[in-house]
Amino acid sequence: MRRSWVLSVLPSIVVFIVLLFAPLYLGAYNLMLSGRFLSLGILAMGIVLVWGYAGVLPLGQGVFFGLGGYALAMHLKLAALPAGELPDFMQWNGVEALPAWWKPFASPEFALAAVVVVPGLVALALAWLVFRRRMTSVYIALITQALALAFATLLISRQGTTGGFNGLTDFQTLFGAPLGDERTRLWLHVATVGLAALAYYLARTLAATQAGRLVRAVRDGENRVRFLGYSPAPYKILVFVIAGVFAGLGGALHTLHAGVITPEAVGVVPSIYMVVWVAIGGRESLPGALVGTVLVNLAKDALSSTWPNAWPYLMGAVYIGVVRAMPRGLAGVVESAAAWLRRPRTAPAKPPAADLPVADTEATSHG
Amino acid sequence: MPSLPFLLGQLFDGLSLASILLLAALGLSLSFGLMRVINMAHGEFLMAGGFLVYVAQQIAPGAALAFGLPLAFLGSALLGAALEILLIRRLYGRPLDTLLATWGVSLALQQAARNLFDPTGVAVTAPEWLSGSFTLDAGPLSGLALAHVRLFIIALAVVVLLAMMWLFGRTRIGLHIRAVNQNRAMAAALGVDTRRVDLLVFALGSGIAGLAGGALALLAPVTSTVGQSYIVDAFLVVILGGLGALRGTALAALLLGILSALGESVTSNSFAKVLLLLFVIAFLQFRPKGLVATRSRALEEA
Repeated sequence: MRRSWVLSVLPSIVVFIVLLFAPLYLGAYNLMLSGRFLSLGILAMGIVLVWGYAGVLPLGQGVFFGLGGYALAMHLKLAALPAGELPDFMQWNGVEALPAWWKPFASPEFALAAVVVVPGLVALALAWLVFRRRMTSVYIALITQALALAFATLLISRQGTTGGFNGLTDFQTLFGAPLGDERTRLWLHVATVGLAALAYYLARTLAATQAGRLVRAVRDGENRVRFLGYSPAPYKILVFVIAGVFAGLGGALHTLHAGVITPEAVGVVPSIYMVVWVAIGGRESLPGALVGTVLVNLAKDALSSTWPNAWPYLMGAVYIGVVRAMPRGLAGVVESAAAWLRRPRTAPAKPPAADLPVADTEATSHG
Repeated sequence: MPSLPFLLGQLFDGLSLASILLLAALGLSLSFGLMRVINMAHGEFLMAGGFLVYVAQQIAPGAALAFGLPLAFLGSALLGAALEILLIRRLYGRPLDTLLATWGVSLALQQAARNLFDPTGVAVTAPEWLSGSFTLDAGPLSGLALAHVRLFIIALAVVVLLAMMWLFGRTRIGLHIRAVNQNRAMAAALGVDTRRVDLLVFALGSGIAGLAGGALALLAPVTSTVGQSYIVDAFLVVILGGLGALRGTALAALLLGILSALGESVTSNSFAKVLLLLFVIAFLQFRPKGLVATRSRALEEA
């Protein structure tokens, strides 16, 4: 038991340590990319919790991503100004005084807290409304999608206070440290890897607890769970809020790495793309989601600018193919391959039950 | 306080928006009710309808509508049938996966439209008899103008709705559709070809979306993203209306169309959208199954 736990956790530790030392072997541009993709990966792990574990398809994760991203961006915008002055886009739009809801974001502590608390609260409110009334998962998917549309439309239309279509950009310092500085970049990288690791182990631990088991039980048979005396709603609400917080955190980190947040990154289409990463990586696998996020975004970074015409076709085809042929994504393929490699080599004359390591039976019964 | 003619004008705009929403949502609602399938590429059938009307205009400039609308209906219906046969029936019983797979289709169709047509959009000129408007110059409603195009769209929606009611209520195939809708296994046991019913309903719904796109082409240039801009609202109509209920869909489209037009007159366009969404979520708190819910004693429902 003890040994299998160490074995199962070891690969992830190695990966995170290798990532931690990325500045030694990656150039500045690739380091920025890795930071961006890891931030998105945190969000993707939240989608695994909601979609893979709880069976609820969230089509509006961009909203929580945006709430976290904008919360931090507002602070960065204010921090770049001499006291009393207005951000540039507000001046262009004829806004004369800082709106009241902008003011608290001048404090770095408030902004940092808001990155986590605001998406969490919005997710809580939404989850409380939809899960308590036993809405079906298709309804929830469509409602979250409508939320993404409404959020992006609102951001675009309130140009004077949100920066409109151009979003918020042109940041200078983070807590006094210049953002362009190499040292700041380094610390940012360490923080991103650290938070990604934290999110990963948190989600992993949650999945192993009784609450995590119940969440998956709800996915597989909601009414059975009810008959056993549990109310499914609190567990669904819990994972939805955690996913919202992950998305907000990812949004804030992504804003720092990319140097910009726009409505284009939070609307209906980006929200679906977030689900695509997870679908390709494996909806029930936390490492799969991370790998899927990195792979799709790397491909996008490489291909979408060289072949802008072919990219949507490719993405569409990959997507249909994944749903049709490998519903458990890359992680499912890897698991099947591992199971195939571990299959009994000779004809099963005697059942190899007694001497099989624990990890093996777990892997096969999971698949 | 806004004047009465202004409010009536808004109401009229709301009615025409409701008509388009109804046409866009009918197919979604039918296939959702029948097959528990949400088709994210439905908006692209709307787009295809618009482009087909444009094509019809290029072929026969004089008869853009008389030739274009049937072409839009048939073309979109064929596209829908192809999608049903090639993809959707293979994902039966996995509603969320269908939603995702059809989104891939939607992505490819939009890019195809950008490659085939002018990416900035193509314009369809409405025929002479649709370009004017009824204007009242005298009386208490002076200043109220009802554009012919919008009247035409409202009439189109009413005709389609009546045709659907006739099809569902008075024909044998409609009887089969209702039977499958109520209890698929029982209908199949009694000899209804449920696969054929699925295909027919899906193609029909796609065709109606094509009509909606053709109607929209009269109002604004057709672009590759026209479907996207209506599809989310159409989903809200489906949710609000209830599963697969014709009456519910019609009522919900009317309600949402008028509410959003009135909302836009008191607040901004974007804020009206947020309010609309909040309204739908709040409404579902009281009636989680929508306006017109089919009663069922089944425990497990999709």
